[in-house]
Amino acid sequence: MTAPPDDCLARNEWICGEYVSSRRHILFDAVLQHVELTGVSVLIALVVAVPLAVLARRWGWAATPVLAVTTVLYTIPSLAMFSLLLPFYGLSAALVVAGLVLYSLTLLVRNILAGLRAVPEETRQAARGMGYGPLRLLLTVELPLALPAAMAGLRIATVSAVSLVTVGAIVGFGGLGNLIYAGMNTYFKAQVLTASVLCVVIAVAADLLLLAVQRLITPWTRTRRG
Amino acid sequence: MKTLDDTWNWLADSAHWAGDDGIWHRLAQHLVLTVACLVVSCLIALPVAFVLGHIGKGGVLAVNISNVGRAVPTFAVLVLLLLTPVGAWGEGPTVVALVLFAVPPLLTNAYVGMREVDRDVVRAARGMGMTGRQTLFRVELPLSLPLVLNGVRIAAVQLVATATIAALAGGGGLGRIITAGFNLASTPQVVAGALLVAGFALIVEGIFETVERLALRRTRGAP
Repeated sequence: MTAPPDDCLARNEWICGEYVSSRRHILFDAVLQHVELTGVSVLIALVVAVPLAVLARRWGWAATPVLAVTTVLYTIPSLAMFSLLLPFYGLSAALVVAGLVLYSLTLLVRNILAGLRAVPEETRQAARGMGYGPLRLLLTVELPLALPAAMAGLRIATVSAVSLVTVGAIVGFGGLGNLIYAGMNTYFKAQVLTASVLCVVIAVAADLLLLAVQRLITPWTRTRRG
Repeated sequence: MKTLDDTWNWLADSAHWAGDDGIWHRLAQHLVLTVACLVVSCLIALPVAFVLGHIGKGGVLAVNISNVGRAVPTFAVLVLLLLTPVGAWGEGPTVVALVLFAVPPLLTNAYVGMREVDRDVVRAARGMGMTGRQTLFRVELPLSLPLVLNGVRIAAVQLVATATIAALAGGGGLGRIITAGFNLASTPQVVAGALLVAGFALIVEGIFETVERLALRRTRGAP
């Protein structure tokens, strides 16, 4: 029997370099799962949200029910949302993704619709006067002009999704949330704090990345417009 | 739909409504937590927002605090609090986390509401000889009411959601029915709990939306 080492792990300290270096594989896997769950959910939501917003813009009557449904979805607390999906998906990563898609969809549809509605009527008329058909008008005039509002929605949706993934720990697919959940049950302070900080780091990094993307694609819209 | 039938049977069983783990007790806990924390958050956030809005300072802080609140996971804050000395004090972590997440939307909306009051109206009030206090209470506050109430609604819905997640970290409330269901591997109980939580959240949203609409009509009716 050797004496237990007297390091920060044994003393259960909040900040512990030993924890980060000895568990870096676990941390890396958790970060990877966290990013994957967030990325897949937001991408699916984006693919569904764009046509929904465009349809809601095209047919005015569709906008009211679409917005009402998204408001109801957004009001349901995340834990309840995941639980309601349990009979359909069981304890799986698909359950977490489905829940996150529903939340992200809400934010994206609202923002893209707001962006499309903000396109000035004169701009639309000018394009029509130049002989633009409905599809060309949508793809080369309306959607690019709605881009800033859509990107704002995408940033909010992504940051929210990063934070919501942690609740997925209830079904065992919560990325860093799994480490927080396990750390809570064992009073492992270093694990809880490290995983929490990494969550915030991922959220901030994703936000900055999307901001950079927005900067990159906005000049392109400007040259298109001018 | 077998799950739906099982869920209905679970909800219809009167044994699930009584006792310390029963629905009535959890509902009462959820309601008390939400209402008490909403009052405390309003008492903290609204005076600060009104003063900052009145003197027109601290806008960057008031507006950005919402973005910071979104990036920090509720669950992480709850567990972090649970492991600090606050955790030894019963519902302590839940109360602190609830207030922390309710303050940002209240602060941001009230501040923006104050700043969006027409500057000409404020100048007119000054010109009529109103003091700073009179301007604040008789002009700026009534005119910013719709946005302030919007903030209260967002905060209330946020409180209901956060109180649900608190069950993961051992807090009371309706979320406990869900977490207990997961521990028992009882899908009907999980779904029943989720339906109760969702219904509770939607009722809260509905109440505040009605209040908002009534207030809006009043401000527009009597300018």
